[in-house]
Amino acid sequence: MEIPYTYKPRPDTGLYNAKVGIWLFLASEIMLFGALFSSYILLRVQSPEGLWPIVEGGWPSGLLNIPIGTFNTAVLITSSVTVVLAWAALKMNNFAAFRRYMVVTLVCAFGFLGIKSFEYNEKFTHYELRMTDGSAHTGHLEVNGKHPGFWDFGAIYNLERLQSESVTEVKFTFDPPKPKPGEKQEAHAHETKTIAVGDIAKLRTFTPSTHTFFGIYFVITALHGLHVLGGALVLGYFAFPGASMWKSNPEQFTNRIEVAGLFWHFVDLVWIFLFPVVYLL
Amino acid sequence: MSLKAFHIVFVAASVMLCLVLGAWAYGRYQQAGIVADLGWSIGSFAAAVGLIGYGWYFLRKLKNISYL
Repeated sequence: MEIPYTYKPRPDTGLYNAKVGIWLFLASEIMLFGALFSSYILLRVQSPEGLWPIVEGGWPSGLLNIPIGTFNTAVLITSSVTVVLAWAALKMNNFAAFRRYMVVTLVCAFGFLGIKSFEYNEKFTHYELRMTDGSAHTGHLEVNGKHPGFWDFGAIYNLERLQSESVTEVKFTFDPPKPKPGEKQEAHAHETKTIAVGDIAKLRTFTPSTHTFFGIYFVITALHGLHVLGGALVLGYFAFPGASMWKSNPEQFTNRIEVAGLFWHFVDLVWIFLFPVVYLL
Repeated sequence: MSLKAFHIVFVAASVMLCLVLGAWAYGRYQQAGIVADLGWSIGSFAAAVGLIGYGWYFLRKLKNISYL
């Protein structure tokens, strides 16, 4: 039995069925991401004045890598341009151009995920350090000559672990101090000092449990990353094994690319809003 | 709404983002005086102009495709 309205418009909606379906799905996605965005904004505006970690509940502005985030934004914008050009190529009956544009889209998608994993690595190897004299710092830790890393979860340290392993001192590379408003940025080298474990009051990495900001940052960006991965898998299927439909039913295949392209645009549009809110605010 | 119409919405949002980023980087340049921030700001405004040009090219290329 043939499935109706896969390429012909339905008389009552004026659209083929998959297009109505994807827009209903995207409406539910808007509610999902909208709830997370609202949570983020409420947490941000209700945080006390002052920068974390000096103010314990303050907001940790400036801890994300904005140049990398900007580059990743450019990568996603490029992928949206190429996916729409791939669809336009099919409309103009040019399958070779379609495949070229889809390959570029896939490279951008997996490039985005690779860069994002680099950013995650940066956070899981970044530490909050509170001393017994009340001072608070951020930076990178070195224990017994090793830098604990993201891909080796066993090497992530906290104070309890240092004490249980009878580590007496660690090296800590401090982040350069942030300039006050109106103050010129001075050139600061990263300063490394040896610290006695007995002088440490609290030590932990930038994980979701460290601060509300990291909790919501990891939830939103990981959920977005899963959407990028899902979209990339679907686009990869249509670019290669699923492309055989182009010979049997070119109109339906073109519509499938349009629907996948609509999802891809939505995912990229979420990032267009996510980037300024999470990285710049 | 077709992919063509959604793409125009997307390009418009991208242009807005480039303008916001350009203004933000310029504000940082004025505050901290780092020349790289000025370059970043100019680059963002240039990207906004480039995206507007691309949007114009896109509309002309796909003028026969429906917005629905």
